[in-house]
Amino acid sequence: MNIETKFLGEVTIEESEIITFENGLPGFSEQTKYVLLGLDADLPIALLQSTEERDLGFVVVYPFAFKKDYAFDLSEEDKSELKLAEEADVAVYTILTLKENFAESTMNLLAPIILNTKEKLGKQIVLNDNAQYPLRHQIGVVAEGSVK
Amino acid sequence: MLVLSRKKGESIMIGDHIEVKILAVEGEQVKLGIVAPKTVKVHRSEVFAAIQEQNKEALEVSEDIVKQFKLKK
Repeated sequence: MNIETKFLGEVTIEESEIITFENGLPGFSEQTKYVLLGLDADLPIALLQSTEERDLGFVVVYPFAFKKDYAFDLSEEDKSELKLAEEADVAVYTILTLKENFAESTMNLLAPIILNTKEKLGKQIVLNDNAQYPLRHQIGVVAEGSVK
Repeated sequence: MLVLSRKKGESIMIGDHIEVKILAVEGEQVKLGIVAPKTVKVHRSEVFAAIQEQNKEALEVSEDIVKQFKLKK
């Protein structure tokens, strides 16, 4: 099927690629179907695009590329909602708020997006209040593993 | 809404496993200690609203910024 995307024009996707966010994303509870589309050849970023609404496309990032020690436990509730059985099926992304200067962009470490890649389920979870993982974490340097 | 009065050092139980204790009262601020199982999420109620706002802000990215990326084709 073909969908309209925010930044990539019309894109052909497979039905099997569609990820269901049962409750949508915070602030956007109506739309529940998304796909993940590559956005850059070099950077670990992607477009989390609603298949239902063209303008609903989030730039997401593989957080560990910019914050190596990012780690948290998934609650039992989240695991069961996402039908997660094995660690190998988990993918973690964080939403990027892009700025003109890429290094000033921030990623939302407080509310990561968790995907079950096998069952094609997703959820933006909220970690426990935690000063270490803020709503706006500036990504800073671009290269993976670089020292800040 | 159930209203209970508590003094510093006292606590309430919610169900069998969640305890909320008044640790300190300083002027307008109340410091709470919460003991809850790992499966129960505890966060300030502003947090969810803040995440909604951040999601909206993230959507307002201009196309010019995205054009800098070496788009995969």
